Amino acid sequence: MEPVLKIENLKTSFMTSNGEVQAVRGVSFSVEKGEILGIVGESGSGKSVTSMSILQLLADTARIKDGRILFDGEDLTKVSKKKMREIRGEKISMIFQDPMSSLNPLITAGKQVEEMIKEHHPNKSKAELKQEVLELFEKVRIPEPEKRYRSYPHEFSGGMRQRVMIAMALANKPELLIADEPTTALDVTIQDQILRQLRELEKEYGTSIIFITHDLGVVAELCDRVVVMYGGLVMEEALIEDIFEKPSHPYTMGLLASIPDLEQDKSEKLMPIAGSPPDMTNPPKGCPFAPRCPYARNICAQELPEFVEVGDRHKSRCFLLYEEAPADENNPFRK
Amino acid sequence: MVRYFIKRLGMMIVALFLIMLLTFTIMHAVPGGPFTNDRKVSPEVEAALNAKYNLDKPLPEQFLGYLKGILHGDLGPSFKYIGKEVSDFIKDGFPVSAKLGVVTLIFVLLAAMPMGILAAVKNGRWQDMMMMGVATIGVTIPSFVIASILIYIFSFQLNILPTYGLDSWKGYILPVIALGGYSVSYIARLMRSSLLEVMGQDYIRTARAKGLTETKVIVKHGLRNALIPIITVLGPTVAGLLTGSFVTEKIFAIPGLGSYFVTSVTHRDYMTIMGVTIFYATFLMVMTLAVDMFYCLIDPRIKYE
Repeated sequence: MEPVLKIENLKTSFMTSNGEVQAVRGVSFSVEKGEILGIVGESGSGKSVTSMSILQLLADTARIKDGRILFDGEDLTKVSKKKMREIRGEKISMIFQDPMSSLNPLITAGKQVEEMIKEHHPNKSKAELKQEVLELFEKVRIPEPEKRYRSYPHEFSGGMRQRVMIAMALANKPELLIADEPTTALDVTIQDQILRQLRELEKEYGTSIIFITHDLGVVAELCDRVVVMYGGLVMEEALIEDIFEKPSHPYTMGLLASIPDLEQDKSEKLMPIAGSPPDMTNPPKGCPFAPRCPYARNICAQELPEFVEVGDRHKSRCFLLYEEAPADENNPFRK
Repeated sequence: MVRYFIKRLGMMIVALFLIMLLTFTIMHAVPGGPFTNDRKVSPEVEAALNAKYNLDKPLPEQFLGYLKGILHGDLGPSFKYIGKEVSDFIKDGFPVSAKLGVVTLIFVLLAAMPMGILAAVKNGRWQDMMMMGVATIGVTIPSFVIASILIYIFSFQLNILPTYGLDSWKGYILPVIALGGYSVSYIARLMRSSLLEVMGQDYIRTARAKGLTETKVIVKHGLRNALIPIITVLGPTVAGLLTGSFVTEKIFAIPGLGSYFVTSVTHRDYMTIMGVTIFYATFLMVMTLAVDMFYCLIDPRIKYE
């Protein structure tokens, strides 16, 4: 299948007074048509920076140092500012983490959604625009659309604001929707409604979605495929069933072990991953996860393992998967 | 909203009373009086004058008498200029100060906003450095120093602008710069920091993600949000500019309210000091209230209950 978006060896850094922070250090993946791809990782893994790099919505201090972002036959790292603006909101749109602060407090919800359509379709009449916004509100299940059209963001609840954001993001039926932790700031019940909403809309519009989260539970519910990021690199990439049934990276295994399970025996404790993510001003030479990895060998701190195929559409970056790796007790992949 | 408005009016009256009491007390605590002169007046004459203006009565009684006058809209006579009422000073001086003030206000807004916006948009670049350099000079150097330098350069050396009076449009140039210099600098700096803060907000990123041009992002989403702190300082600024600055009016010999005020203090012209203070205070409070009401129009989150 032809991918909608293909990222190749993306490297994004932030130039700070403390030196260069290498937030993304060579990330590659692709998103297929109509697919929901999850990007999972903890804070500082580079998942948000990767997604912001696509639309170049990064802070002024950020630089895309290397790599290609292929979309519609063009490399987004090289297109003009004007072309980038034409893509933003029309072909690729975004939903952000905090619905409380993502809407302009001084403009009504209706006008803010309308602006998204108007910018890319300046010939539409006022009545047409309003009609479209009302239909969108209805689609994302905002009750009383006519009244809500004139409401200001502070008059909405968090969940409703995120619906406004979704309505906005889908206004121009984009080919790709990037959702950066869209449910993290919401209650669990609202979270569930929003996820369902996204699934329905993906089916209806055929929009591909990149769903960024640190929550593997949400990924299980929503995504077709997953990319696991750590230390600015992709650690594992797999279909959703494989990531849960045959995780092929110690970091993924760690993430899975740290999800609470209702049926779990209470005496059994949750397994957190000890330690904290690496300092990206001075990224480790070897595998970034090695200092926290329970299976790490000497080589892990010395060299970065290759990202290799381990199954059908399943890739991972770990020395223990190599054929020459010793099949001893301390190798979870070859016992 | 109406209830809130009435409450604010009530608070204004209380504040005004306290201001009057405080001014009255401090004023009388300062040595000297309206009739103590370099030229000694005979004790009999002084006693007669004091009796005429009730200055021989105990202070609380004087204050109550003054309050009674205020309630009848009477600010009393001047002690220094026989036959002049305090309200005459305000009638003569305020229009002059206000006219200069309005011109200065327009200058302040036209200069400060673009300066602040440019500095914020070009954050960290030479335009920003230059604007903020000028603004720092403007807030740190007092207006009388700026006025003196301006007079020296444009009046004495170049001989192109008058040193005093407001007879032609040329006369306005130097006083406007001297009077507005501080406000321009202050508002420009505020505009810059406010816009910078707003431009870092999530909704600005949302606006960019919509595909808007940077100009639209700044104008439609940035500026309106950044204006809120500007409006806050605009109330006192407008009041300050319109009621006149005694320093600027003194230097440029402008017969505004400010210069009357300074003269009245040195002359211990009790009635004029009180009258002008009350006028100043009322004007400031009304402007502040106007600003608070104006918030409702720009920010839908603000509702007064």
